[in-house]
Amino acid sequence: MDRVNRIPILKLGHLLLVSIQVDMHDRMALALQEDLAERIAETGARGVLIDISGLEFIDSFIGRMLSDIAGIARVLDADTVVVGMRPVVAITLVDLGLTLPGVRTALTVERGMAMLPAPTVDEDPGDEEAETAGP
Amino acid sequence: MRARHRVRELAQQAGLRLVDQTKFVTAVSELARNTIIHGGGGRLRAGLLLDGARQGVYATFEDDGPGIPDVQMALTDGFSTGTGLGLGFGGARRLVNDFDVRDNPTGGTIVRVATWR
Ligand SMILES: Nc1ncnc2c1ncn2[C@@H]1O[C@H](COP(=O)(O)OP(=O)(O)OP(=O)(O)O)[C@@H](O)[C@H]1O
Ligand SMILES: [Mg+2]
Repeated sequence: MDRVNRIPILKLGHLLLVSIQVDMHDRMALALQEDLAERIAETGARGVLIDISGLEFIDSFIGRMLSDIAGIARVLDADTVVVGMRPVVAITLVDLGLTLPGVRTALTVERGMAMLPAPTVDEDPGDEEAETAGP
Repeated sequence: MRARHRVRELAQQAGLRLVDQTKFVTAVSELARNTIIHGGGGRLRAGLLLDGARQGVYATFEDDGPGIPDVQMALTDGFSTGTGLGLGFGGARRLVNDFDVRDNPTGGTIVRVATWR
């Protein structure tokens, strides 16, 4: 039961990318939270980009999950940006009274990327330092 | 989850605009969660409404839980007897056209919501 419906996490340099394409089950949301925390610690990622353009609605549960992810990422030294919120979802969120505390948002993936550390792929920085270190 | 999809379909059939469909489905999601968490589980009924030329969609949530002693208080943003934000109930009322809460005669709570085209 646990292995089905996990949301994939892609790594791009220092960034982790997540695209939520379906309306999440509560269990999927909790699994994503755990998976992301593990991947941040494992990879030392500095940024997390969450694409929610596939979400047809955000209720208080999913809203809290996004806030929690941003909070967890923060204490693991990574920034989170949520991108692609549908206009009708934004309108509904405001009516509901959800403010997504701690969550930074951007309209598009490109603008979200610009808010995060550049996703440079470093090839073993230890070696480079060794080469330039000598007199 | 399946219930949310069915409710979305009904809201579409009722001819609601996309924004009103989204509001209705979000309200249903909040109320369904309350029924499970605070009401100990219950029943959801949903369907189309026809009132003369007016069309709409409704959903009724019925549980056998402890009931809500002070509905006004429960609807206040930030009030929660659990670990939540206390937004779901008051928020759901803002997201629909008709909102009705009553005691279930057999104990528990009945919430009925509707939105018209
Ligand atoms: N079906 C119900 N049966 C009993 N009590 C309820 C029911 N629905 C709501 N309540 C009461 O109303 C309070 C407010 O509900 P509301 O949905 O606003 O907040 P919450 O569920 O506690 O948190 P959130 O929805 O923000 O996660 C609840 O904490 C609970 O005490
Ligand atoms: Mg609630």
